[in-house]
Amino acid sequence: MTDLTKVGMADMNTVYSPGILTTLGLGSCVGICLYDSSTKISGLVHVMLPSSEQIKNNSNTAKFADTGIVKLMEDMLKMGAKRSRIVSKIAGGSQMFNFNDTSDIMRIGTRNVAATKETLRMLNIPLIAEDTGGNYGRTIELYSETGILLIKTIGYGMKQI
Amino acid sequence: MGISIEELNSLQIDVLREIGNIGAGNAATALSKMISKRIDMDVPKVNILEFRNVAELVGGPEVEVIGIYFKVTGDITGSILFLLEKKSARLLTNLLMSRQLEEEEMDEMDLSALQEVGNILSGSYLSSLSALTNLNLIVSVPSLALDMAGAILSVPIILFGQVGDKVMLIETDFIEGINHVKGNFFLIPDEDSFEILLKSLGVI
Repeated sequence: MTDLTKVGMADMNTVYSPGILTTLGLGSCVGICLYDSSTKISGLVHVMLPSSEQIKNNSNTAKFADTGIVKLMEDMLKMGAKRSRIVSKIAGGSQMFNFNDTSDIMRIGTRNVAATKETLRMLNIPLIAEDTGGNYGRTIELYSETGILLIKTIGYGMKQI
Repeated sequence: MGISIEELNSLQIDVLREIGNIGAGNAATALSKMISKRIDMDVPKVNILEFRNVAELVGGPEVEVIGIYFKVTGDITGSILFLLEKKSARLLTNLLMSRQLEEEEMDEMDLSALQEVGNILSGSYLSSLSALTNLNLIVSVPSLALDMAGAILSVPIILFGQVGDKVMLIETDFIEGINHVKGNFFLIPDEDSFEILLKSLGVI
């Protein structure tokens, strides 16, 4: 087994090939994988909330989609990744509990995914694959050698994107 | 601006612990009536934990757990999550249906029984909170999920995450004979409600 680097909630990490990045039990949070196919430098950030604006305690950049993706990209560039070659894959953003009303907080998964896509678009990072939404948890593994993202669930099988 | 868990002083934490204690006591009584058996309980523990340490309570983010989620409305708004390990969930359903199943897989019947227990436990919890604070509190119908602990815990963590980096939970341990049913209650007042709650308890 190649070494597996864990990324916690509101946390990020980067690896060189052949490192593997993983985050366990994504629910309404979103796991954003950035990958440079030329250098195989890979990064993963596990964000909890869409935006760092209007949040008084926002010092942890990895907690928010808007600041987390930017910071992850900067870290990868410092490692030698090429800006123009970076692509992304995302997973998570589910709604774990179902309620009839659609208050903002119950739709947090959807909002996290939307904010993630918006940030990626603003940074001109292509989104090449996603496995988002639903009402179940996901464990994901990003293989830097191939750029493959493996997604494991309970009761909804396993897949690669 | 809401109050974050980090800002609570020791008196406020003590009062919240006491509420947990009384609430769990009432919940144990309700459970005991439901199954017509004696239920004891340990003094509940109030834990304030960093996000990354929460899932370790139940054995890690990938462990399968059962979450029963309620919304609270009325004078304050917020939510309650009751988290049960599968082993405890099985014990609870065995108690309810007077049987001795070993396997941990849950069927529809089990899940609906758990939903009902969650209903009763949370209802008694809230009614004691309501009696102590004189606040009018209404609890929604429950929503149940069986999934990875990390995924289920993302819900309270995100709610707490809007104001801080820690969560507060009340660990309860109900005892019937040699069986221990361990559950964790997350009481999550919405941003402005925390202040109202603490005020009504006279600690702000």
